[in-house]
Amino acid sequence: MSEVQMIKRSPAEQSLSQRRAKESMRSQIAMFALMIFLTLVSFSMVFAHLNDVAGFSKFFVIPTLFLFAAVQVGLQLYYFMHMNEKGHGVPQMFMFTGAMLGFLIPLTFVTIVWW
Amino acid sequence: MSSVAQKSGFGATLWDWLTTVDHKKIGILYLLGGLFFFVLGGIEAMIIRLQLITPNNDLVSAGLFNDLITMHGTTMIFLAAMPILFGFMNAIMPLQIGARDVAFPFINSLGFWMFAFGGLFLNISWLFGEVPDAGWTSYASLSLHSPGHGVDFYAIGLQIAGGGTLMAGINFLVTIINMRAPGMTYMRMPLFTWTTFVASAMILFAFPPLTVGLFFLTFDRMFSGNFFDHTMGGNTIIWEHIFWIFGHPEVYILILPAFGIFSEIFSVFSRKRLFGYTAMVFATVLIGFLGFMVWAHHMFTVGLGPTANAIFAVATMAIAVPTGVKIFNWLLTIWGGSIKVTTPMLYALGFIPSFVMGGVTGVMQGAAPLDYQLHDSYFIVAHFHYVIVGGVVLAIFAGLHYWWPKMFGTILNEFLGKITFVFFFIGFHLTFLIQHWLGFWGMPRRVWTFMDGQGWNLANFISTIGALLMAIGFTVMVINIIMTTVKNERVGNDPWGDGRTLEWAIPSPPPFYNFPATPLIRGLDTLWVEKMEGSKEMITPAEPITDIHMPHGSIIPMLMSLGLFIAGFGAMFHQETSWGLGVLIFGLAFTFVTMATRSVKDDLGYYVTKEQILQDQENFKRGRN
Repeated sequence: MSEVQMIKRSPAEQSLSQRRAKESMRSQIAMFALMIFLTLVSFSMVFAHLNDVAGFSKFFVIPTLFLFAAVQVGLQLYYFMHMNEKGHGVPQMFMFTGAMLGFLIPLTFVTIVWW
Repeated sequence: MSSVAQKSGFGATLWDWLTTVDHKKIGILYLLGGLFFFVLGGIEAMIIRLQLITPNNDLVSAGLFNDLITMHGTTMIFLAAMPILFGFMNAIMPLQIGARDVAFPFINSLGFWMFAFGGLFLNISWLFGEVPDAGWTSYASLSLHSPGHGVDFYAIGLQIAGGGTLMAGINFLVTIINMRAPGMTYMRMPLFTWTTFVASAMILFAFPPLTVGLFFLTFDRMFSGNFFDHTMGGNTIIWEHIFWIFGHPEVYILILPAFGIFSEIFSVFSRKRLFGYTAMVFATVLIGFLGFMVWAHHMFTVGLGPTANAIFAVATMAIAVPTGVKIFNWLLTIWGGSIKVTTPMLYALGFIPSFVMGGVTGVMQGAAPLDYQLHDSYFIVAHFHYVIVGGVVLAIFAGLHYWWPKMFGTILNEFLGKITFVFFFIGFHLTFLIQHWLGFWGMPRRVWTFMDGQGWNLANFISTIGALLMAIGFTVMVINIIMTTVKNERVGNDPWGDGRTLEWAIPSPPPFYNFPATPLIRGLDTLWVEKMEGSKEMITPAEPITDIHMPHGSIIPMLMSLGLFIAGFGAMFHQETSWGLGVLIFGLAFTFVTMATRSVKDDLGYYVTKEQILQDQENFKRGRN
């Protein structure tokens, strides 16, 4: 068996990692608050539409909801699934390639193949 | 487990191969499996050509002819070309990046066994006398109406084999991303590793559509689905889209590793660095992307309309640009090199004109208006055989000669190798060049015979003679392989003398842990860098020699695949027999039990001790391993 090595952190490393963890936690909470806010806004818009408030037609509400949804997916991926940190370049490339193909192919169908 | 040579009984050897998770052994298994199916597909091809040697021939019936063309195409693409390339990827790619094994040895084994059982399932159809007969594309309206179980064998067999391919692809991706040795940056990876990477990424995105399509077909044929039945609100054309969204990337999955093999061979036997390495990498990636944007060029005559046809025609022609970049880079690699015309190099030199001809006819078909003329004629047959035989098969033969020493520790006879090349190359052009004109003269593809007096007799006769020459060439190669194996003359680390990449720095075949110490990569063409600096050991280690953690072998991958194989028969017969459903459930349950066993049972692996590694190194040095 190869022996397991224990490496102690120096005080400087310890404080650095603590500071990083703190920053990460702060941004996560901020983003969480933002996401809750976006969700509240989304629900309010739908209620406004249902109660016939002027200016909240479905042509305004639906695209805005999609926009908010996209923002939330981005926040989810980058802040809660840590894609903003280093070493996630390759997964990002594969996810975006997959998403691009997933959008492009149906787009081809609805625009130039089946009209 | 010891790497010291010891005689073991037949049973133990068989068990070792059935349970192996060693990437080199799995590579050999892929190679042997692929070559077996290559022979099957070749026999089918010979019967096709013999049937067409004269007009009004009745060597085979029309029905059997349909079986033969379907199985020839399906076997050659899915069960011969891809597995043989996977064999090379498995055996060589981890060595090129300085890894001890692939990232998931267990899944690697599972991938192989799923391919093996899927291929077996497909070919067992011959014993049942109900063979897939709707063409390798199995267009839905035809495949839904095909009587008997023929197309069922196609749908289920490919489903199982395709699952294995997907696993292999993911495994290679993770290996290349995570297991490169220190210093092996992306832009220092050999071209074969790069093409493996891009081809694997394409597998990742292209095989799920095939899986979905095959499931639809399975449901339609065996479980009363209506995905493709337009009378029930389904859509027949959607199969063609799904199939080609998979099928077009598939041809690049085949050709990119072939490009990789030739890139290695050109630079080794021209004794020069690959010209335009960065451009080659970029072209490879670009081909990978564009390969997904052109599927509808297989469907110009379906009636998608001028807008779709125009856009897909332009996208198709765009692919000629990165491919041209590659061709010119290969030419410039040879240019001014100190060329050694070995068998692999001969194949590589033959590949350039052959593949260019296939590529040019491809651009011709990419022009949608011309495609209306060429569609479903022998011109198409000529084109895709020029790219697949002139590209992929030549690469497979070249790779076989080139890497045989590394995989088996013996070197194939050069004289016989060149005989093989001459017969195969002349036979190939004799068979397929004339078929371009047959297409222009109006001969449709997939016809089982033709009438006299249409001016097609001589051309078809020539074509069949060419096919016979190819068969002679292949037979010589088999004789070569048998002779070399029987003689068993061992070779050293770098039998070609000019190896540039890391695999030539270690013994042939390498010890099962590949590298005693993980190597440090100090530049592109790692071994060449070491050679130029005159280093004695040929490898700069990145770490001291310590114990190596290795995984245990396992029989579970084979059993898992066996369960799916059994379930396949259940699914096929469940409508007409009482036992079908039971067998289906049993097979799936069997697979789930093996999966659960794998999950519950901890395999912590074992350690190869430092003493043993040092002992091995002593043995290699004294050359009596």
